[in-house]
Amino acid sequence: MGKEYETVIGLEVHVELATKTKIFCGCSTAFGGAPNTHTCPVCTGMPGTLPVLNRRVLEYAVSVGLAVNCEITRVCQFDRKNYFYPDNPQNYQISQLYLPVCRNGFVEIETDGGGKKIGIHEIHMEEDAGKLLHDEWEDCTLVDYNRSGVPLIEIVSEPDMRNAQEVIAYLEKLRVMIQYLGASDCKLQEGSMRADVNLSVREAGTDTFGTRTEMKNLNSFKAITRAIAAERERQIDLLESGAEVMQETRRWDDAKGCSYAMRSKEDAQDYRYFPDPDLPPVRIDDAWLERLRAGLPEFQAEKAARYRAQYGIPDYDIAIITASRHMADLFEETVALGSEAKKVSNWLMGETMRLLKEQEKDPGDIAFSPAHLAKLIAMTDAGEINGAAAKETFAAVFEQDADPARYVEEHGLKIAGDPDALRRVLEEVIAANPQSVADYRGGKEKAVGFLVGQTMKAMKGKADPALVNRMLKEIL
Amino acid sequence: MRPMDMTAVELGTAIREREITAPEALQAVFAEIDRKEERLHCYITLDREGAVRRAEAVQKKIDAGELTGPLAGVPLAVKDNLCTAGMLTTCASRILGNFVPSYTAEAVRRLEEGGMVLIGKTNMDEFAMGSTTETSAYGPTGNPWNAAHVPGGSSGGSAAAVAAGECFLALGSDTGGSVRQPASFCGVVGMKPTYGSISRYGLIAYGSSLDQIGPLCRDVRDCAAVLEQIVCHDTKDATSVKRNDTDFTAALAEGIAGMRIGIPRDYMTEGLCEEVREPVLAAAEVLREKGASVEPFDLGLVEYAVPAYYTIAAAEASSNLERFDGVKYGYRAGDCTGLHEMYRKTRSEGFGEEVKRRIMLGSFVLSSGYYDAYYLKALRVRTLIREAFDEAFASYDIILAPAAPTTAPMRGKSLQDPIRMYLGDIYTISANLAGLPGISVPCGRDGKGLPVGMQLIGDRFSEKKLLRAAYAYESARGAFGICEEVR
Repeated sequence: MGKEYETVIGLEVHVELATKTKIFCGCSTAFGGAPNTHTCPVCTGMPGTLPVLNRRVLEYAVSVGLAVNCEITRVCQFDRKNYFYPDNPQNYQISQLYLPVCRNGFVEIETDGGGKKIGIHEIHMEEDAGKLLHDEWEDCTLVDYNRSGVPLIEIVSEPDMRNAQEVIAYLEKLRVMIQYLGASDCKLQEGSMRADVNLSVREAGTDTFGTRTEMKNLNSFKAITRAIAAERERQIDLLESGAEVMQETRRWDDAKGCSYAMRSKEDAQDYRYFPDPDLPPVRIDDAWLERLRAGLPEFQAEKAARYRAQYGIPDYDIAIITASRHMADLFEETVALGSEAKKVSNWLMGETMRLLKEQEKDPGDIAFSPAHLAKLIAMTDAGEINGAAAKETFAAVFEQDADPARYVEEHGLKIAGDPDALRRVLEEVIAANPQSVADYRGGKEKAVGFLVGQTMKAMKGKADPALVNRMLKEIL
Repeated sequence: MRPMDMTAVELGTAIREREITAPEALQAVFAEIDRKEERLHCYITLDREGAVRRAEAVQKKIDAGELTGPLAGVPLAVKDNLCTAGMLTTCASRILGNFVPSYTAEAVRRLEEGGMVLIGKTNMDEFAMGSTTETSAYGPTGNPWNAAHVPGGSSGGSAAAVAAGECFLALGSDTGGSVRQPASFCGVVGMKPTYGSISRYGLIAYGSSLDQIGPLCRDVRDCAAVLEQIVCHDTKDATSVKRNDTDFTAALAEGIAGMRIGIPRDYMTEGLCEEVREPVLAAAEVLREKGASVEPFDLGLVEYAVPAYYTIAAAEASSNLERFDGVKYGYRAGDCTGLHEMYRKTRSEGFGEEVKRRIMLGSFVLSSGYYDAYYLKALRVRTLIREAFDEAFASYDIILAPAAPTTAPMRGKSLQDPIRMYLGDIYTISANLAGLPGISVPCGRDGKGLPVGMQLIGDRFSEKKLLRAAYAYESARGAFGICEEVR
């Protein structure tokens, strides 16, 4: 005992690309849909049909490659990966083995341990498979080919990560970058981003790799973190007990907090990869590549630096806002409409994030327009509504992109502009609560709070509490 | 003139000029089919009723002036590996015995759009694997000139149907000579254009990098006319090429004065039957008289073509045929416990011997540990063969060769010795490996009266030169004729 172990981790990340149509035919990639409605003879592998590459898939794949500093393969090609399984209508998957579209890149991550470069071995394009549905009642298996031919890229890292924190930082970096490119929404839960973890352990100080396992079915960052800890433990226990780690693919069961072996190296299939003769090599020319490079967006790090200089908002705010390109765009557009940066940031980080979390959505789902947020901020600034009314109005803006002016109007949330009306109510409240008035006059400052509350209630919240407070004290 | 003595273009003209109607032309074809089909078995599927409806619809459009093309109203037969919407498409295999596609192959669609009347699907070697049309799961086809002999293959049904007058024109497919060799055996014109010229969409793949659809015709003019309609870029086929040199008919009359023709010495060796050599060399003499220069040269690499071809074709086929698994369409074996047994039984019972042989060969050459030694090496040989042809075409416009080393063999002899059968492809497969166009034109008969074909091979996109030379020869030769009575 007492040996120190180092964990070595490499990731295979599948990302579903946000194209409207499939990789080799014109069928919709829309999620859901009745089984086999987003299909055609091509994506159901009918005899005599042929694949034709969707150009957007190549654009997205190369853009991601450029974003992660890859070399772009100027003549890349597709290969067939042959295996029999009913989810795969041709019994071969069109993928890339010999000449993947991108190679040799890296991303830089920040963790508590400092900055680090994680190498990208390659990125390749491929098609997704269909889905098998087992009908327990009829005791038969049905196939839905709606997903068959949905475009994926697989990003294969080098075994450069050493702990879960680095893994999460790497995934987060990829996710934000790919979302910035608009290449995918990268949702782990929905499967538009899937990470398989290749993990081995070795005694600290050695430089040869141990035998690795591949962990599948990791649907959240939390599951990844737990699976890494469990797999590290499992492998160390094996080694400590004098056993060997088997090279195998394992499936993580997040409910049970453990994994089990799916298949070992011995039953590894021979996929008989060879270049797909139906798809000529893809030639990428300089002009096209340069156009793509020029079209890359400002990524998170550059944007954060600019925000620091341009808006002077805190780093904490910047980190949250720039984690989503959509939120960052919303921020900038709202500020451009004249709102104060910090106030916009407060709405986004406070209420917006709270509502997103409550509804299990993410910043990409924000649907309100910058104009409506700007108007809401302007109305608050002008003292037309109080804080509570602003919050209520914002909820309507968030839910249905409501026009805040109309909402305030329709729901009578405007602060009463007539001082005489307020004065009359105040006098009624004072008359109705002699004890509190006496307490206040007797030196109990707190008593005024009760009177303010009563006034606000009588005004149905349509008054500025600060103003009520001031006027009360004047009268008393 | 009787309709059956007309070429497709002549018939098309007669229909346009109201001398005969499309339904009448169809009946003339049916009459020939009634007389000969029982002996020959050219068709797997004959759709007489559908054809009558189509012919009537086409005639209406011709009458209305909506269809004016040269082949409007002419009956058409297509090989049973070309998908036809609503019509059984079997690839002559048990595994697709009940397969009715919902889509039509692009080449067939274009011909139908031009007013041709589809009458049925012709017999072939199962999945186009064979040289005799004997591997068909639906029984063999006879050679019209002597039904005890094979028609060649794999497009044997298409070639025999044209030769017997059971249709005017047919489509086949050519992966290693499957249009040119049966054309040679049956005495018709068969052409495989440059790879990529005709969309493969809807052609059930055998060897995707080698497959090309091609017509089987009564003469060279028919061949030019049909190519004009089907050589076309298609966005549904990523290997399809754009061409703007498709006015083939207009090119026919240009003659061949000054054309340089080379005959590979390596093709005229002892493997070549004397009864084929003589008519081919006589045809060369005719071309010389027409103004071409003809000389022998050394092509090289000939002995490597057959092994390279069978490695590549089998590799691609092993993958292309994976989709036939009983899951989605076609034959499914009964009484299976579990998925893998269903796969195994379905494929064991659904595929014939020759198909299984090539699937196993192809799976082997792609398997880990053998990929480099077999598949990659074959690809390198393919590149060298292409370079050898490039070099030849620096000196010659056209290569003249036999289409096959012999005339049509007797039925029942070839499958006993597959290697020997494979070697019979020696003159045709190089054009597929190099993506070149080739045409087979009847140039004589052997002692038994069986046709001999000569083959012209050109550089990529040189179809016009091939058609000009073939037309010049054919004009000098005179009519070859269809087979009146099956012997």
